[in-house]
Formats: sequence, structure tokens, C-alpha cells
Amino acid sequence: MCVTCLVDQFFPEVGIATVNSLRKAGVDVDFPSDQTCCGQIAFNGGFQSEAKKIAERFLDIFEGESYVVVPSGSCASMIKVYYLELFQDDPVLLERAQKLSERTHELSEFLVNVAGHQNIDASYHAKVTYHDACHLLRELGISDEPRELMKSVEGLELSEMQDSDRCCGFGGLFSVKYPEISKAILEEKLRNIESSGADILVANDCGCLMHIRGAMSRQGMKQEAMHIAQLLSPDADRS
Amino acid sequence: MAEVKTAKFKKASSQAVSDPKLQNTLEHVMGHFIEARAGAIEEFGDESWDQMRERASSIKKHALENLDYYLDLIDRTIQKNGGHVHFAKDTQEANRIVLDIAKKAEAKRVIKSKSMVSEEMGLNKALEKAGIEPVETDLGEYIIQLADEPPFHIIAPAMHKTKQEVSELFQDWLRTAPTQDIKQLCIIARDALREKFSTADIGVSGANFVVAETGTVVLVTNEGNGRMTTSTPKIHIAVSGIEKVLPAIEDVGLFLRLLPRSATGQRITSYNTFVSGPKFSTDEDGPEEFHLIMVDNGRLNLMRDPEFREALKCIRCGACLNTCPIYRKVGGHSYGWVYPGPIGAVITPVLTNIKQSKDLPYASTLCGACRDVCPVKIDIPKLLLKLRHMAVEGDSSQRSVSWIERLMIGQWRKTVSTRSSIERATNLARFLQVVVTKKGIIRNLPLPLISGWTKSRDFPALAPKSFAQLWQEKFSEETDG
Repeated sequence: MCVTCLVDQFFPEVGIATVNSLRKAGVDVDFPSDQTCCGQIAFNGGFQSEAKKIAERFLDIFEGESYVVVPSGSCASMIKVYYLELFQDDPVLLERAQKLSERTHELSEFLVNVAGHQNIDASYHAKVTYHDACHLLRELGISDEPRELMKSVEGLELSEMQDSDRCCGFGGLFSVKYPEISKAILEEKLRNIESSGADILVANDCGCLMHIRGAMSRQGMKQEAMHIAQLLSPDADRS
Repeated sequence: MAEVKTAKFKKASSQAVSDPKLQNTLEHVMGHFIEARAGAIEEFGDESWDQMRERASSIKKHALENLDYYLDLIDRTIQKNGGHVHFAKDTQEANRIVLDIAKKAEAKRVIKSKSMVSEEMGLNKALEKAGIEPVETDLGEYIIQLADEPPFHIIAPAMHKTKQEVSELFQDWLRTAPTQDIKQLCIIARDALREKFSTADIGVSGANFVVAETGTVVLVTNEGNGRMTTSTPKIHIAVSGIEKVLPAIEDVGLFLRLLPRSATGQRITSYNTFVSGPKFSTDEDGPEEFHLIMVDNGRLNLMRDPEFREALKCIRCGACLNTCPIYRKVGGHSYGWVYPGPIGAVITPVLTNIKQSKDLPYASTLCGACRDVCPVKIDIPKLLLKLRHMAVEGDSSQRSVSWIERLMIGQWRKTVSTRSSIERATNLARFLQVVVTKKGIIRNLPLPLISGWTKSRDFPALAPKSFAQLWQEKFSEETDG
């Protein structure tokens, strides 16, 4: 499991939920303890040399694993898609990156397509709405799998919001460089969450979640923002 | 060349997001375009639509890879049809060619149908300076000409103007009575333009496509002004970017299906005009002279790089603008030149000045929505990433990223290079964050570059223990055992 730097440092509870949901699917989970970050922030900022160093380190750490499962669409995209671009001029590293790319999966897609775990034995009594994280949706083409998982959770009602596939305005560095534009985009997302009537906003990416949750708490909204893994854990249901 | 104000992106965009009237208009119009597009492509199904895009992309790619051959062919076919072809290295040269033709014809008035290349050229200003009256005849372009503004959107240049504002412009310039009836406003413009059509010496049009095989300029319009512009005056000048080439006439059909559907959500536009030269000697009317000006203006800089070359496939439909979360908030004028939105953020820096336009490639969340709607499959996020890479590691004419950002990323890289250094750094931060943390959240993070975030959003505090620590405590023994 690559837990991602955001989960590691800010949202460890998502990491725990990820381990639990994988174990429940009968997966033997290992956490290579040297892991830090996939390098996406540097790559997206244009710092490719710096990103390469971190990506190479990532290859060293994760190469031995049979599968690399990531609870984030954008980190999984970095590893699966953008490492190949990063190493396009280095045949040796490119080959290693290609092999790793094939074995890397985002959590929900792994649970459904690899672990064959569509009918997850979990219950969570709440009305939720789902935000399609951009990289998960458009780099990896994953939109059905998380919905399938949620539909199999007992007591969970999925109420789709309008434009669930529209960006929340995070974009990593973008939200720091252009906080006003980012916030204006986020407002639209918050409105759509609100009008979905859901109590919980679910996404598969802690970047989006951090962003959306940050505005929810600032504005005193009553809704919560949660990672999908947190709905799938055996001890998830608090109702 | 039209004035380049890309350096003001930050200021202009922050003004735009705080303008409630503009936000309202953007939401309304963009929403309409997106809905219309979805409706217009529905009949094909995802798979066929994708095949059409793929085919269009490969036709464009082929045309660009053999551009020298096709430009030469255009030169020959148009001459054979009795027209003249001019090649202009930059906008200055393109303007001079137009002015030379105008002077020779002793032209006093030029009517124009919509052309983005002529916007690049700043042709209206150049004509005015030479004492020639330019009149835009596309309704949107006419409105922004009266308002003396650049286009706000590639296909809807005056979308930011309300009925009220248009009425006020007409009152000022045409001395008409105030009205907010759109039909009435159209009638006013139509009356004013009718007289210009019948008295103009030259018609200047753009070109949606230039077909090499037959020497044909194809215009896709809705108002009929394009056909008037290309048929009423004695001289027709078409201005086109060199990338608008299509190899053969049978290629056009595919693009006539893709373009209006992607742009306005129409299955076909009201007028598709094919012009292959001046009138035949047997024709009773039509222009006696036909000129095509093929403008480079930096496009060869895009051509030279196989990745940037992709951007020249663009058919200017505007779909990427409509779907872009950034454009939908900052609007067209923020981008500071002729082409706004995602495609503008890619081509403007290369066509104008990379350093001066340094903010554009970063004005994106890299969400990829633009790539998904592009009818010729331009991978815009990839090109934005390339420009960002150039801003960091390019040559001195490209590097624009500040030392403080370099320092921060360098420091970040060192920190994430070993597990022990990330533990050290985050433990220190855990200790320091106590000062700004309340109930696990940070409401104001007084750090350079980041403080803007917390103006409208809370920032999470670092968790008391990292996942790595929790794993060690909770799970590692189970795994080992």
C-alpha cells in the first residue's frame, strides 16, 4: 500500500480505513515503511528534475510488491501515467516505471476489479453524494467502481449531485497560487453538494477532500467530507 | 499585433471573480453551451464521436506534418483559380499586405466577417490608422468593435455584454432609441450594417479551413454576414493562420460535423461558405479580386516542437473554454490577448512572449476536462505541464519561476528523500502548529505563498501521529506474525 503523503501526515484515519477495507477483501497488506511522497507536487509545478529523483526513489521502494494500491486518484495517476512521461527519455527507468504502472491501482478500482469485491460486507446508514476527483475520472477513467462499492454498502443512499465530474478547484499548487479563483470554483461544488441533500460528501482523493472540507468547516456547513475507504471499513458505521 | 496584456492575468482574474454580474453571465452562457454540445453529440454515441475526433485529429496531424507541401499546393491551386496567395511572417507583414491591396484599390471602407487572426493582427487599428474605415459585421464582433474591446470568447465575442449594455452602445454610436428587445437590437444592427455592406470596397474574412487540393476557403457562420462579406465587395481578402490547412475537399465534411457541435451545439451552422477564388468571367457578380493571406506569427515556433505542434490542430471551437473551471470564473479578458481559456494558455505564451505570459500555464487545475471535449484531441494539460517545465528548467528566455519557489521545492525534495527527514520536519511542524491550531484546524496559516488559502478555507492540522507511526503500533506486528 502507498498511503500518500496527505494521508500519512494529515488523514491517517483514511490509511487505517484503507488497510481495513483491503483486509476485509482478503488482501494481505504491506506498508513499505520508507515511503514518503510520489512527487506529484513537483511534477505539476514543472520541477521535473526534482520529481524524477523522488519518482526513482518510489520505484526502488515499491518495485518488489505484487500490487501497489493507492487511496488517491491523483497519486495513482502520477504513478501510472505521469511516471511514464517523466522517464520517457530513459529506457531503463521507463521499463521499470511501465512495470510498476501496470501493477498500480487506485483503491476502489482494485477492490472491484482485482480483488473482485463488488459486494462488500459493510453497512453505513447515511445519505451520501459522490465527487468524481478529476485525475481519477479523466486520467484513469474510474467512475463506476466507487459507485458500485457504495451501492453495496448496506444502509447507504447515494444521491448524485449535479456536475459531480466538475473540478472542485483544488489542483494542488493551483489553490495556493490562485486562492480566489480556486475558491470561486469550490463555491459551485459546495452549492451542488448542498442541493444533493446528502449528509456526507464522498471522494477518493484526500486533496479534494482537504479542499472541500476546509471550506465546509469555515462556512459552518453541517455536511461532512469523507474518503470512500471510511465507508467500507468494518467498524465504519457509527449510526 | 494586438496588445499583449498577459502579465496582468493575476489582477484581471481576481477582478473578474469578484464581479457578480460577470459571474452570473458566465454561468448562464457556459451552462447553455455545455448543454447544447451534449445534446448535439448524443445522436452519435460516445464511441462514434470518439472515432470522429480520432479521425479529425489524424487528418490535422497529417496536414501539419506535411505543411510545406500543402502550403505550396494552396499557392498553386488558388493561383490556378485566379486568386493570389500571400505569406506573412508576422502580423505587421500581414497588415501591410492588406493595406497595400487597399491602397491600390483606393479603398475607403472595409467590411469584415469574424476572424481571430485579424484580431491577432490588430487589423482594425491598422486600417483606421491608414484612414480606412473597418466595420465588423458579425453581430458580436460589431458590438465589441463599438465598445473597443477584444473578444471575450472565441465564438461568442460579446457574450459578456448584457442587452442593456448593447442598447447603450447603439444609442451612443447609432443614435437609436433605448430598447432591451433582442429582436429589435438585431434589427438596428442589421439596418446599420446593410448600408456598410453595399458601400464597402473590400471584404475581409477569416478562414475556418483552407482546402489545399481545390484552393478553397471554407467559412462556417450563422448570420449570413460571412457570405455578404465574401460576395458583395469587389475585393475579397481572406486571412488565415498557416495551420488551417485541410488536404482534400472530402475532409471538410467531418470537420463540418465536429465544429458546430463542439462550438454552439448546432448540428450544422446556418451558412457554410466555400470560396475558391474570384468570380468567373461568366458570373454576373462576385468579387473581381481574391487574396488569401497565410499568417505565421509564431506558429512555426509551435510547429518546430512535435509536442506543441499538437496545439496547431485547434479548430477554434471554444469547447475547452466552455468546460474549463478556470475560464468559467475568470472569463476571456483576463487572459490578456486574443485566445483565452485552456488553448489560449497554451498558444498565447508561445505566440507572444513566454516569460510575460508565465501565469497562464499555471492557471489550471489540470482537471483534463478540456482534453475530453476537444474535437481534435489536443492533450492540453500535457502542454500546460510542458510550459511549466520550461518555466522551471528551460533556457533563460523561458525561465520565470521565482527563487523562493525553487527554494521551497528544493527543500521539499530534501525532506521527502528519506523517511527520517520527513519525520523530523513534520514533528517540528506538529510542535509549532499548536500556536495556530484550534480543534484540529488552522484558520489562518501565516506562511508566505500559502496564506491566501486560509482566507476562505480551513487548513487541516497535522495529525497527532502519522500513519507510519500508527502502522508501526497497530498493524506491523500482525503482519510480521
